[in-house]
Amino acid sequence: MISNAALADLIIKMADDELIQGHRNSEWTGLGPVMEEDIAFSSMAQDKIGHAWALYRILHEHLGGEDPDRFAFMRPESAFKCAHLVEMPNGGYDFSLMRHFLFDHAETARYESLQDSSFEPFQLLSKKIKGELKYHTLHANAFIMQLSKASEEGYARMQTALNDTIALAAGIFEPSAAHEETLIAEKVYPGEKELYHRWLDRIYPVLVNASLNLPDMDSITPAYGGRQGFHTTYLGPLLKEMGEVFNLDTEASW
Amino acid sequence: MMSATISQEDVYHALEQVMDPEIPVLSVIDLGMITGVDITEGQPVLVRMIPTFAACPAVSYIKDNIRTVVEKALGVAVTVEIDKHVHWESNRMTAAAKEKLKNFGIAPPPVLEGDVRPEIMLNTPCPHCGSEHTYLRSPFGSTLCRAIHYCKSCGQVFEQFKPLE
Repeated sequence: MISNAALADLIIKMADDELIQGHRNSEWTGLGPVMEEDIAFSSMAQDKIGHAWALYRILHEHLGGEDPDRFAFMRPESAFKCAHLVEMPNGGYDFSLMRHFLFDHAETARYESLQDSSFEPFQLLSKKIKGELKYHTLHANAFIMQLSKASEEGYARMQTALNDTIALAAGIFEPSAAHEETLIAEKVYPGEKELYHRWLDRIYPVLVNASLNLPDMDSITPAYGGRQGFHTTYLGPLLKEMGEVFNLDTEASW
Repeated sequence: MMSATISQEDVYHALEQVMDPEIPVLSVIDLGMITGVDITEGQPVLVRMIPTFAACPAVSYIKDNIRTVVEKALGVAVTVEIDKHVHWESNRMTAAAKEKLKNFGIAPPPVLEGDVRPEIMLNTPCPHCGSEHTYLRSPFGSTLCRAIHYCKSCGQVFEQFKPLE
């Protein structure tokens, strides 16, 4: 019997990452550098928010959690378990693109591993999501390579974006002090450390192809804290904005 | 109720009239969205379906359409359920559906043998002139299930229904 608390911890952090990254992506709607990018970030936003909803629904249906909409919009900031990476404002397209590249490869490594999960709802969901993520990473890889090879300025900006995001991205793989060992022992997932290595194996060939230098991973300090409810100053205002309409009438039927 | 005299075939026949709201030439049958029909006497007819993409915004609309169209056609109560045990892949789309899609101006997905790889998104035949002198402009189009391509022969931008594993 897998511990419900351990499962809930994993589901909530995955779902919160998807929800917040989805909202950040949606902020590009109407503002993309070219029309196709505007559409791409909007589509990926829709995918991610859909994935968050599917995860909140698993929590609701299998673990006695709250209704997905209420759970998404009515929790206090400290109950969110998203990584600091996804909380950051969009910045320029270079920052957003690099974050998308690092985040979506991390997500892909995670969902691929969940195909073998002992928790059946993860198996069913991961198959679906994995196929969709192919397009996210196809998009990210293509743009990382094109912009890095386009000009000196493009190359410099992508390298700077990588340097600025890598410690934040490493923070995705913050293990849970309370539940990590249980989840690995129960074969729910292979654990954050293993996923971190699979992630590096995925991003490294693309970075090499783009001639970008991966910073020395032993010298960076991963941005931990999000999984424990400690967040950057950017999350609070975002949650307020996201929940603004919902909280006008929390009993309304949509 | 007449439910005892209704066959699965009748239900599938009625389902051919339920069109996709985003691509009105394709029915839910053409798209391979129906995974099963259960007829149990004394109970509503159960239709099981799957969305093409997880976050497809048209799903609840399609569910309602299935229910109302089949109820009207057969005069029985219908329940529509999302089937969590089957996932949609583009190979579920029928050959006839792909032909209709092309005639509608959207390039159909190629038959997938194995995984989706970037290469299969290149040289997609243009639905307007048939040329394969095309390139992928963006894997994201006007809906989640479409990609944008450009045809170098006829100079037109066109959409493709994306292959999905």
